[in-house]
Amino acid sequence: MSQLSFNEVSLIYPARGRHCAAQLVLDRINLSVSTGEFVVVIGRSGSGKTSLLNLAAGFQEPSEGKVTLDGKIIEGPGTERAVVFQDDALYPWLDARDNVAFPLKIKGMGERDRRARGDELLELVGLPEAGQRRIWELSGGMRQRVGIARALAAEPRFLLLDEPLGALDALTRSRLQIFLLDVWRKSRSGALLITHSIDEALLLATRIVVLSPNPGRLAADIPSSFAADILAGAPAVEVRASPAFKRMHDGLTGLIQAVSPEEELAA
Amino acid sequence: MTLITDLTAFYGYDITAETREPTRPPVRRRQVPVSLISLLTVISLLMIWTAAAAAELVSPVFLPSPAVVATSLWNLLTVGFVDSTLAQQVLASLRRVLGALGVAVVIGVPAGLAIGTSRIGRGILDPIVEFLRPLPPLAYLPLIIIWFAIGEASKVTVIALSMLPSIVISTAAGVRAVSKDHINAARAFGATRRQVTLHVVLRSALPSILTGTRIALGTGWSALVAAELVAATRGLGFMIQSAAQFLVTDVVIAGIAVIALIAILLEIAARALEKWLAPWASAH
Repeated sequence: MSQLSFNEVSLIYPARGRHCAAQLVLDRINLSVSTGEFVVVIGRSGSGKTSLLNLAAGFQEPSEGKVTLDGKIIEGPGTERAVVFQDDALYPWLDARDNVAFPLKIKGMGERDRRARGDELLELVGLPEAGQRRIWELSGGMRQRVGIARALAAEPRFLLLDEPLGALDALTRSRLQIFLLDVWRKSRSGALLITHSIDEALLLATRIVVLSPNPGRLAADIPSSFAADILAGAPAVEVRASPAFKRMHDGLTGLIQAVSPEEELAA
Repeated sequence: MTLITDLTAFYGYDITAETREPTRPPVRRRQVPVSLISLLTVISLLMIWTAAAAAELVSPVFLPSPAVVATSLWNLLTVGFVDSTLAQQVLASLRRVLGALGVAVVIGVPAGLAIGTSRIGRGILDPIVEFLRPLPPLAYLPLIIIWFAIGEASKVTVIALSMLPSIVISTAAGVRAVSKDHINAARAFGATRRQVTLHVVLRSALPSILTGTRIALGTGWSALVAAELVAATRGLGFMIQSAAQFLVTDVVIAGIAVIALIAILLEIAARALEKWLAPWASAH
């Protein structure tokens, strides 16, 4: 088992010139994600959700505190942590299969093995026919599937998901939520998902972490069991309709409103 | 659950009506296509030219008729002018411009990459590019001839210099526009700096580099003709220049037509290359 930990992590953007004062983005965050967990971070804009993920990915360094993987301080990105981006970040100059196999190319795997593995992964994400398709010919949902397949190609221990379903229509989104859950279980990895949807958090998480905005502080760390129900075969519609789900939804909505009073909250 | 299929009955009015375009009386006036207008313009110009030549408003030495120019074009193709056929002249010119393009790309793309990715690179190269960019090639041609003498080297150098700025600038712009997520994704998969540059930055900048190359071909082609006017023994610029010295106006006009035609063909070829090598840039 692996563990990704934040120990007293703060992130400060230094002052830039006269008009832009120093800004505390994350304030002493303590959080850990183990393989086998699906941790969903939820909070309003300005709560530093994406910064948290960038720190985990190693794109940024904390100003204070430590981000560690199995006790070792993270110094930059690494293949044990794969990232899925909100706007897919697929390479338009490569076809779907070469996109999926891109991490293998970086690793130095030969072309034939790469192709075979690329096809396997596309089949895993339900796109067996899409290998030769150009990225821009695919729908938003298909592109995110390709993006997830690409993340899996590196065989990561942690999936870092930065609002991967945020730009999709509601129907595709709820379908991909179940798909994401399935992929996470099959890959036996740990997942850290950023979202602003309470519904999504409740459906996918084994633990829900609430961040308060300005500066981002850990407001709550709550276990959730609905993902287990769905993985056990319960239809998402029924899970959503259950009194327990509604209670949790209301509770979370109240909590988030309490820690971040302004603005309307996305359902 | 029953599905409501008749929305008009359900809502009591046609709810799609307000979202529809207001119905306008259909425009039945036939529009003349722009290409036809352009064609008519060309034909009119040719007719005016023919009429002017036939009326001998000016001496045929200065303004030969289109028919005479066409004949001289045919002669250029079959017999040639000053020891070289038209094909040889064109080939001489094309070799220079394409050779210079090769040099300009080999120097310009790395230079643009350096400007786009490194502060030091930008500091060093920016003033050089900004100095070179507004200079007309003919301004530095005499100096190049002093340094390299009147040979192929001086011509290729002048053309390459005229091409460099647009290639450097467009490469730098393309490199700067690379999506941060694209780079971060590669880094997350363990890509080294070199791999990121090779597999992400340059690939992503390719459409911009190709556009710069196409523009460079245009400027290079005009620089070439100018360079050949001054110092050459073969080539299209040389051909019209020496024809002008003997007042062979029909060859001059035919030569100008060929220069224009090749410029257009180069543009078309460059666009086709862009579409082939970077289809995603035009697909969105």
